[in-house]
Amino acid sequence: MEKLNLLRLLLLGLAVVLVGLRPSTAFQSDELLVEDEEFGLEGSAADIPYARPSAPTPIRRRSSDPDSDSKIQFTLEHAFGDSDFSPAGTFSARLKTWNHGGQTLTKLRFSRNALTEAEKEPFQKLLQGDDFYRIRLPSDVLSPPGRDYIASSVKARCLPRDGLDEHFVIHMEGVKLLAVNYGAPGACPYPRQLKLPSKWAFNSHTVLKSSEQAQRTPIFTEEITVGENGEVGVAPPPERSFWAKYWMYLIPLGLIVMNAITQAMNMPEEQAGAQGQPGGGAAQRAPSSAVRRR
Amino acid sequence: MAARILAVFLLLFLSAAPLGSSLYEDQVGLMDWHQKYIGKVKHAVFHTQRSGRKRVVVSTEENVIASLDLRHGDIFWRRVLGANDVVDAIDVALGKFVITLSSDGSTIRAWNLPDGLMVWETFIRGSKSSKSLLLSGTNSKVDKDNTILAFGEGCLVAVSSADGEVLWKKDFADASFEVQQIIQSPGRDVVYVLGFVGSSSFDAYQINGKNGEVMHHDTASFAGGFSGNTLLVSDDVLVALDAAMSHLITISFQGGGLSINEKPISNLVGDFAGPVEILALKLGRMFALKANKLITFISISNDGKLDVLEKINSAAAISDALSVSDGRHAVGLVQQVDNKVEFTVKLGNDWNTNLLKETINMDHQRGFVRKVFINNYIRTDRSHGFRALVVMEDHSLLLVQQGEIVWGREDGLASILDVTTSELPVEKDGVSVSKVEQNLFEWLKGHILKLKGTLMLASPEDMVVIQGMRLKSSEKSKMTRDHNGFRKLLIVLTRGGKLFALHTGDGRIIWSRLLESLRKSEACEHPTGLRIYTWQVPHHHAMDENPSVLVVGRCQQNLDAPGILSFVDAYTGSEIKSVGPVHSVLQVIPLPFTDSTEQRLHLLIDAKQRVHLYPRSREALSIFQQERSNIYWYSVEADKSIIRGYAIKRTCVHEDAGDYCFEPRDLWSVVFPGKSEKIVSTVTQKLNEVVHTQAKVMAEQELMYKYISKNLLFVATASPKASHEIGSAIPDESFLVVYLIDTITGRILQRMTHQGCQAPVHAVFSENWVVYHYFNLRAHRYEMSVIEIYDQSRADNKDVLKLVVGKHNLTSPTSSYSRPEVVAKSQSYFFTHSVKAITVTLTAKGITSKQLLIGTISDQVLALDKRYLDPRRSLNPSQAEKEEGVIPLTDSLPIIPQSYVTHALKVEGLRGIVTVPAKLESTTLVFSYGVDIFFTRLAPSRTYDSLTEDFSYALLLITIVALIAAIFVTWVWSERKELQEKWR
Repeated sequence: MEKLNLLRLLLLGLAVVLVGLRPSTAFQSDELLVEDEEFGLEGSAADIPYARPSAPTPIRRRSSDPDSDSKIQFTLEHAFGDSDFSPAGTFSARLKTWNHGGQTLTKLRFSRNALTEAEKEPFQKLLQGDDFYRIRLPSDVLSPPGRDYIASSVKARCLPRDGLDEHFVIHMEGVKLLAVNYGAPGACPYPRQLKLPSKWAFNSHTVLKSSEQAQRTPIFTEEITVGENGEVGVAPPPERSFWAKYWMYLIPLGLIVMNAITQAMNMPEEQAGAQGQPGGGAAQRAPSSAVRRR
Repeated sequence: MAARILAVFLLLFLSAAPLGSSLYEDQVGLMDWHQKYIGKVKHAVFHTQRSGRKRVVVSTEENVIASLDLRHGDIFWRRVLGANDVVDAIDVALGKFVITLSSDGSTIRAWNLPDGLMVWETFIRGSKSSKSLLLSGTNSKVDKDNTILAFGEGCLVAVSSADGEVLWKKDFADASFEVQQIIQSPGRDVVYVLGFVGSSSFDAYQINGKNGEVMHHDTASFAGGFSGNTLLVSDDVLVALDAAMSHLITISFQGGGLSINEKPISNLVGDFAGPVEILALKLGRMFALKANKLITFISISNDGKLDVLEKINSAAAISDALSVSDGRHAVGLVQQVDNKVEFTVKLGNDWNTNLLKETINMDHQRGFVRKVFINNYIRTDRSHGFRALVVMEDHSLLLVQQGEIVWGREDGLASILDVTTSELPVEKDGVSVSKVEQNLFEWLKGHILKLKGTLMLASPEDMVVIQGMRLKSSEKSKMTRDHNGFRKLLIVLTRGGKLFALHTGDGRIIWSRLLESLRKSEACEHPTGLRIYTWQVPHHHAMDENPSVLVVGRCQQNLDAPGILSFVDAYTGSEIKSVGPVHSVLQVIPLPFTDSTEQRLHLLIDAKQRVHLYPRSREALSIFQQERSNIYWYSVEADKSIIRGYAIKRTCVHEDAGDYCFEPRDLWSVVFPGKSEKIVSTVTQKLNEVVHTQAKVMAEQELMYKYISKNLLFVATASPKASHEIGSAIPDESFLVVYLIDTITGRILQRMTHQGCQAPVHAVFSENWVVYHYFNLRAHRYEMSVIEIYDQSRADNKDVLKLVVGKHNLTSPTSSYSRPEVVAKSQSYFFTHSVKAITVTLTAKGITSKQLLIGTISDQVLALDKRYLDPRRSLNPSQAEKEEGVIPLTDSLPIIPQSYVTHALKVEGLRGIVTVPAKLESTTLVFSYGVDIFFTRLAPSRTYDSLTEDFSYALLLITIVALIAAIFVTWVWSERKELQEKWR
């Protein structure tokens, strides 16, 4: 009993370690790593001073010279429930112009404004009412907001852990932002429990994603050439043993042979019995008849 | 003994041998049926020259040209033109060709009259779009090689009717000249081309019919302007309306110059309001005017005076004039009087005498008469008889002769909009025994025949009888629910606003009803049906209650037009209730909740994204309020390339039914870059789909968890150039991007670009996979791709120890707000055909493996096993993978001729395929519709859970009886032998 408990504890510990590891492992697999600094990951709480009272920076850009990289900024806005949107942080990125004329965003950095006292109250209300915390970004970073804002929202109760953990996935196409997916970095199981954060600071993770290329359809040349080139073609099935191939015929054959032998064995015996003891004992005859009837 | 053992083994092998999945020839029609239709008739030309086979040639709104038997209404032949090859006019030339003008007057084709083979085809390439007119000069003599005059794309073309050669061409390239009429004067080779220049000037060209040279050109202007609706009355007088629709203008253009007269319409028809319309009669010096809900017949005297002949109610249809003997013209009139229809034929010259007047009883479920075409014949007493081809409001076609409906065709079924199914009533107790006894002899005879068939003793005649018996088996066409769930009612909504209930057993119409709420009314000018939903399915203990369906319609074509709702009893077809016109209807969401009377809750989304709850009852509202916070929906704005997600905010502020109306709140939005991507296709899973297992066991005993969410949306976008037809873009500038989007949070789970590929995209979404079809410009071939998504967050659960200890998250509810850890696997394959529709088989429990049903370009339905579209296919599958059923990789998908579900038949103009699960797990019901309809039953993994229908129970019984008898006989024998031995 004691041992079992110990084992269970050990397993539990293992599971906790595994669960703790999981987001980071999945996190890596998600990203398209064109450059090493494709994504900026900030907010491991230690290196970002959340108390930084940075006022919402107006969007400014210096992209007059298309040949060089230029810096670009765009604002994250948030809303509590049905309230109006207000600035909540700034994304800054490098706009890289390629030789063929395409433009891409790299080196995305994010600085999140801390929640002000005036914002904490509506946020607490959201937590109590299990309501939506909404964010939005311009769909075009060069001429915000572009055609429309790209918006996302999450039930506020998903965010609080120690602090407020948030996770952005920004899907982009060139310099256009397609969609932003916002939510908790981990799970948010359904009966959402009310839990107030111990620290009113955001812990942000950001991933920039662009489209994957679909795998090309494999094009095969004719079967014969494949066979000539190597062993890629259809290999002949390995020769099976005689028994494996013909067991189904052999078993009945064996049965027949066995049957014939027993009959043949019975025959002389019976004849001998009939000759030796014409009066016959019932004790001898009964088994023989049983054999014959089978 | 050895022989017996061998026989047993042989039997075992035989039963284990795989049976073909396709049909045998004698199984055709056992569980499938096929019905041929043509659609709503637009034009009809009678052909009665050789009296042997009387036919009528029709063209329809489904772009079908067909030759029908006048005696029975059967189709002799039929040609279905493409969806954008609209037939503008048909005529008969030389007595042996059917001439059609189609594609906005750019294509002239001649079809052989007896068999419908195309004889020739000529294209007109003009400079501008215009009205298209066809004139085949039927009144000229047959033996002469007569010319066909066609006008299309701003060109007048004379074509030889024998071989389609263009004799001459006259281009009226002047942009402002709008041709309205072409007239060929009989006897003289002069063609008149008449039309408007601008809005106030009238031009007439005289053209030499031999070479196309302009002989004379007249022009005249009219200050009031023309409204554009013209018709020819006689050879020299035209009638038009002025721009204000208040005056009637007559233009006489022959005999030197043009002279224009005008007359106020109010003088002719009295005070009127609303639109005025001139109805074409093509009748000597007479026309009809439709105004004030009345049709007024007006004649023009030689000096241009207008006289009113008769006024009739506008619920009437008028045929074109028909030339009767010696230059007289007859016109047919069909009027609706209560439940009856009056068919009158009048002479043009002498309006007051009726050549014919008949009253016909008409089923009022057919609605009003829409069109009539008349034809004359010589009666046995040498007098003139008339028959009429009548097109009704519900698109049905009737032939009326001698006061009777000779035949009728339900051609509304050629334009099906939506399909749903309903269970049949449960069989009541007390089936009379007498019925069985009566047929005892028949039953015995049938079984003996079947026995003969199985023992291969039957003669060919017997085989015919057996086949007939199988096809007519009363079992499948019963009006009660069956154990296997094969018998159902298919409830079908057609474009004509009529509902049909078809029996799945044999396809017969159980009831049909023209929905009163989908008919034209004051409040609703152009109603159209949209969708049909199951509304109420009473518990099967409630025997006296019938299920009902919800029909959703719209008053106009535009999206924000008011909607119409109609609730229809599924067993009788009677309209229980109708609501409307109400708010607009963009989307209908059936919720998974029902109230105490088993009415399903439905949410209707209007153009302002407000939600309306139905049924409007307190109980429904209280059920809804509990689930309110879990209701999400989305809208696809294809023109703006934006997808938005919504949830409910609060009840509507300014709305009458405030409690049942809710306002939306924006949750998320995805904005596709408008300049480079355009939404071409969006697909979701079917709501009624059942997933049996969440896990997939791979080879090497690995486990993958399917990412199963009902809230996934597949979106395909293409570069703007690639969203047009194939060939309009080069590979470098075309690409296709596919997305999988969670519709609760707007999260993009998967995004993938196919370079050099383009629309059209057809997709199907089921369980955790999506299969889509598109064109690859680089490979010059169609391709099909599959994406399967698996949930990684559950991947740790394969540890058995964890499962035992209870540390797994399999039972915890999943939430879209959790960050998903998904893995997508994808693979593409070439596919030979282009695709019209694609769907997947559905079964009751989702255990049976799936087949894709692909509507091919040749209007057939192909069943393709999902295993061919497995992203895990590889060149050399390992032994374990082979055992699992992974097929070695090939670059293209195989098309096995035997796997056509429609076998030798074609579902012309295929538009949709609907699959419905039967109660029997192995079986799914498939209904495909287009111009034709086709129904069959499919078993994707063969019927592993039941015996086949033609299984002979009698033979089994006889065998058992024979065996028992044999046991007894041998027992007696052995007893006797033993006794003998004992006595020895």
